[in-house]
Amino acid sequence: MITVENLTKTFPGSTGQVRALDGVNLDVAAGTVLGVVGPSGAGKSTLARCVALLERPDSGSIRVDGTDLVSLDGTALRAARRQIGVVPQGDSLLRQRTAAGNVALPLEAAGVAGPQRRNRVAELLDLVGLTDKAGSYPDQLSGGQRQRIAVARALAASPSVLLADEPTSALDPDTTGSVLTVLDRARAELGVTVLVVTHDMGVVRKICDDVAVLEDGRVVEHGKVLDLVSDAASRTAASLLPAVDQNPAAEGSFDRVADIVLIGFAAVGALLPEATSRFGVELNLLGGGLTRLGETPVARFRVGLKGERADSALEWISEAGGSVRRTLAGPQGVAA
Amino acid sequence: MRTATPWSEVFDQLLVATGETLYMVVVSTLIAVLLGTPVGIWLQLTAPGGLRPRPVLHKVLGFVVDLGRSMPFLVLLVVLTSLTRLLLSSTIGPTAAIVPLSVGAIPFVGRLVQNVLSEVHVSVVEAAVTTGSSTLRIVRSVLLRESLPALVNAVGVTAIALLGYSAMAGVVGGGGLGDLAVRMGYQRFNDRFLWSTVVVLAVIATAIQLITNRVARGVDRRRTTSA
Repeated sequence: MITVENLTKTFPGSTGQVRALDGVNLDVAAGTVLGVVGPSGAGKSTLARCVALLERPDSGSIRVDGTDLVSLDGTALRAARRQIGVVPQGDSLLRQRTAAGNVALPLEAAGVAGPQRRNRVAELLDLVGLTDKAGSYPDQLSGGQRQRIAVARALAASPSVLLADEPTSALDPDTTGSVLTVLDRARAELGVTVLVVTHDMGVVRKICDDVAVLEDGRVVEHGKVLDLVSDAASRTAASLLPAVDQNPAAEGSFDRVADIVLIGFAAVGALLPEATSRFGVELNLLGGGLTRLGETPVARFRVGLKGERADSALEWISEAGGSVRRTLAGPQGVAA
Repeated sequence: MRTATPWSEVFDQLLVATGETLYMVVVSTLIAVLLGTPVGIWLQLTAPGGLRPRPVLHKVLGFVVDLGRSMPFLVLLVVLTSLTRLLLSSTIGPTAAIVPLSVGAIPFVGRLVQNVLSEVHVSVVEAAVTTGSSTLRIVRSVLLRESLPALVNAVGVTAIALLGYSAMAGVVGGGGLGDLAVRMGYQRFNDRFLWSTVVVLAVIATAIQLITNRVARGVDRRRTTSA
């Protein structure tokens, strides 16, 4: 649905040119949510501003439904902007307009007539759960409510793509949840393709199907969240899965020590107990824990195994869908 | 020892002068706001980071505006006589004074309006840009509407400044309170005229301030507590 190809953007800096984006490629399938994450200064904001058509990249293309929007000007550019709904970073509501008036802004720009406009505004306020706040002014709303109104505004002109730039950065955890729920509903109920730029892995954990990790203006990791977490070496796994502490003393007494990532209800619930009984090994949990990515439970455990068939047990877990990585801390290095 | 002018006569002259002053201030404020606001909008749009950044044009425009503001009003009053004659085929009287008053206040209003518009947060403006709104629409429903309370206050500031300038209108026979104070109060040592004009001027200035404050609050939706 939205394809970013080879996007490059350079800014003049105090010490020569600063390359904010260095050949960025992204691909978001229709109706999915992509999270773009990365440390400060990685180029996230520049990317968001380019996709919002607020900043013109030096080269590369941004295609929505196959049409390149980068080179457009004037009326064509304004029309293109309506295809991408934007939830900008920070407070962006008109303080002199009611919530409903703010949501109506893109419809006014699109020339939608009065009665139709009011219906659409009502639909969107309902979608974000703020029908009762239609007549309230932004200063009378909480931060989370304001952000939900901003989402409603971004969706008003029925864009095919929704871009949210740090939509939760100024919010507390509770309100963050309500804003993410609204983004998720937009995808589920309107079929909008969502691109969310964030420094908060919690956003990825809760609503993203795909993730792209940006570093120094380049995409260093891009794929399905559930695929990336089973790769223990990935940055996504490192930041989304429960941490395991190194504890060599405890690990020394086992025949084998391994990190195991399990995805899905079946795997998390049954795989380890079954391995224990099937191979007659003693399996101890040394660390790690359980988390949830979207609706999917995901676990990462550090386990210590005792028994002659420990290797076979690990192999079996791996074949049954668990992702197994033996740690160097255990004595298996000696055995091998 | 001269006998003081009777209060009734002071009052009559004061009434006429007040009328002249109000006429000059109201009309020139209206004209200055009408012509100065577009200048302010233009300054803000062409500013670096504005909606239509044109750095060179912005600098030139800013230079002209500041040149206009640095011109002493008394000089402007005299310099613009030919313009006044062209427009009104007369160069004396309160109406004639309105021309230099308005022209002098246009750059003033321009800067005030630009400052006010630049206070609208960039994220709010950009949000409107991303909705596909045209520049004209953004100026109207975002920049001007969002800063309306501050704009109303700017009108008040302009009117009070023009109230001060209008005191010099006597030079071109414009009359008014300032002229009365100088001619009758200062040059003829008539304290009754001097002090009564001061009081009336203070009352007018305070009234302008109160009215614009109230209107500004009236158009401001930000702190409204009931929806």
